[in-house]
Amino acid sequence: MSHSRVSLRIRRPWRFAAEATALIVAAVVAFPLYWMVLSAFKPEGEIQSTEPRPWTTAPSLDSFRRVFQQEDFGRYFLNSLLVAAVVVVASALIAFLAATAVARFRFRFRTTLLIMFLVAQMVPIEALTIPLFFLMRDLGESVPGIGLNTLGSLILPHIAFSLPFAIWMLRGFVKAVPEALEEAAYLDGASRSRFLWQILFPLVFPGLVATSVFSFISTWNDFLFAKSFIISATENSTLPMALLVFFKAEGNDWGGIMAASTVMTIPVLIFFVLVQRRLVSGLGGAVKD
Amino acid sequence: MISGTAQHARRAPAKGRRSRPGPVVPAGRRAGKGSRRGAWTPWLYLAPALVVLGGLLIYPIYQLGLISFLEYTQAQVSGGEPTTFEGFANYAELFRDGEFWNVVVATLLFAAVCVVSTLAVGCALAVLLTRVRAIPRLALMLAALGAWATPAITGSTVWVFLFDPDFGPVNKILVWFGLSGFENYSWTYDRYSAFALVLFEVVWCSFPFVMVTVYAGIKSIPTEVLEAAALDGASTWRIWRTIMAPMLRPILVVVTIQSIIWDFKVFTQIYVMTDGGGIARQNMVLNVYAYQKAFASSQYSLGSAIGVVMLLILLVVTLVYLRLLRRQGEEL
Repeated sequence: MSHSRVSLRIRRPWRFAAEATALIVAAVVAFPLYWMVLSAFKPEGEIQSTEPRPWTTAPSLDSFRRVFQQEDFGRYFLNSLLVAAVVVVASALIAFLAATAVARFRFRFRTTLLIMFLVAQMVPIEALTIPLFFLMRDLGESVPGIGLNTLGSLILPHIAFSLPFAIWMLRGFVKAVPEALEEAAYLDGASRSRFLWQILFPLVFPGLVATSVFSFISTWNDFLFAKSFIISATENSTLPMALLVFFKAEGNDWGGIMAASTVMTIPVLIFFVLVQRRLVSGLGGAVKD
Repeated sequence: MISGTAQHARRAPAKGRRSRPGPVVPAGRRAGKGSRRGAWTPWLYLAPALVVLGGLLIYPIYQLGLISFLEYTQAQVSGGEPTTFEGFANYAELFRDGEFWNVVVATLLFAAVCVVSTLAVGCALAVLLTRVRAIPRLALMLAALGAWATPAITGSTVWVFLFDPDFGPVNKILVWFGLSGFENYSWTYDRYSAFALVLFEVVWCSFPFVMVTVYAGIKSIPTEVLEAAALDGASTWRIWRTIMAPMLRPILVVVTIQSIIWDFKVFTQIYVMTDGGGIARQNMVLNVYAYQKAFASSQYSLGSAIGVVMLLILLVVTLVYLRLLRRQGEEL
C-alpha cells in the first residue's frame, strides 16, 4: 500500500501501458497451463486435430478415465504425496533445529558449518545419483525399507538436499525473533525445549512454510531419482514415471499425457494457493534480514 | 531497545568480520558467563541435520570421487570382476573424447543463457509488479505461481505439446502472424531450436522465483527513501540504479546463485523434451550425459568422473561469482 503512493506518480498513459503489459504477460504465462487443462478435457478426435482450437465444444473425461484406468496410477499418486509429505515435515523439523543452533548459539566451528551449508547448496544432486544408487543398494541389504526400489530411497536423499537451503533460509527467521523474548521466557521459568517448541516454533512458522515450498517442489518434481532408484518394484514408483507411459513410439497419447499432467499439477497448485501469502511474506522476511 | 543495545555490545568484538549493517547474529546469546550449562545444546540441535547431511551428501560426494578413480562397470557391480584402482585413467579417457568437450561447452552456454534470461525476465516483471494496481498484479502473480508450481516434468510435456509440429498451437499462431516457415515446423529437429524450446520452458518455470523474491525485496525497501528520491526529481532508472539495486543486491545474489545451480543441472527438461538428449545427442548436457553413461551403458566410473567435473564447474562458477561480489564490498 505504501508503494501505491510512489507508483501513482507515474504518468497515466505509462501506468495503463504497464497494466496492459502485466495482463498480457500474465496471459502468456498462464497459457501453457490453460492449454494443458483444455487438452485434458478435449475429446480424442479434437486433440488429434491439426487445426487446434483454444476451446472445446464437447468436453470429455475420457482422457482422465484412461489415466486412472492405467494400473497403479492412484498408487503412484499416493506414493508421490507420501514422499513429498515426509520430506517436507522431516526437513522442516531438522532444519528448524539446525537453524536455531546456528542463529542463537555461538560455538566452535559455527562459521565453518555456515559455510558448509552454503557450499552444500551448490552441490548438484543429480551428480550424486550414481553413489546414492550404490548407497541405497547397500543400505537395502542391511536396513529394510530404505534400499533401492523403496520409497525410502526417494525420501532420504531429498531430505538431505532440502536441508542446506532450508537451514540458510530459516536462520534469518530465527534471528529475527527478539532475544528479549527468550530471556523473558526463561525468567518465567520456561525450559529450553518449551521455549523452542512453544514460542520459537510458532514464531518462525511462516518461514517454515516458505521453506517447505522449496522442499515440496523439488521432491514432487523429482524424476531422475525415481527413474534411477525404482527399477524393479514399480509399485513404489512416483507420478513422473506414470506420465511416461503415455509416450508411445507409435504416436504419443497427448490426451492422456495432458490429463496425467493436470492431475499431477493440481496438488502443487492447491499447495501454492494455500501458502501463497505466507510464501511472499516469507521470502520478504528472509530477504529483509 | 534494551536488547538492541545488548546485542550491539556483544557484537562489537566481531565487528571486523561483519560489515553488513542491520540485525546481525545475536549469536553471542550463549557465549556469556553462566551459560556453560548448555555448551552441547547447539550440537544436539545440529545432530539430526549433520547425520543426514553426512550420510546422504558428504559420504556420496566422497563415493563419487572414489568411483571416478576406479574401473567400475557392470562386471564389477555384479561382482564378476575385481574392482581396480585406475588413477586418472577415467578422466583421461573423458578428456580425450571430443564429445565430452562439446557437451561441456553446450552445458555452460545453455546454462548461462538460461540464467541471464531468467534473471532479466524475473527482475523486469518484479519492477512491473510495483508499477501496477491490484488486479493486474494479482493476475501476474497468480500466473507466475502457477508456472512455478508446475512440476518440471509436466511443464516439459506441456511445452513440447504446445510446440508440436502437427497438433500444437504455437506454430499455428506464428503462421497466422505471417511466419509461413513455421507450418509443421519441428522444433526438436534442429539443435538450436530444440535448445530454444527447452530454454523457454526453463525460463517459464524459474522466472517466478526471481520475480516473487525480488518483488518481496523491493517491497521491503522503506518507502520514505523512494519517495524522497522521487520528490528530488530522480528518474525511475536512477532510483533503480542508485537506491534499489544496491539495497537489493543481497537478494540478487541469492536468486543468481539459485538460478546458476538450477539451470546448470537441468535434467528433466532436456531428458523429456528432447527425448534423452536430442537427435544424434545434439542436445546433450552434462547431467544427461552422465546419466546416459552410467545407467544406460553401465560405465559408472565415467559417469562419476562427469559428476565430479560438474561438481567442480559449479563450485568454481559460484565461488568466482561470490568473490566478485566480495570484491565489490558485498558481505554474505
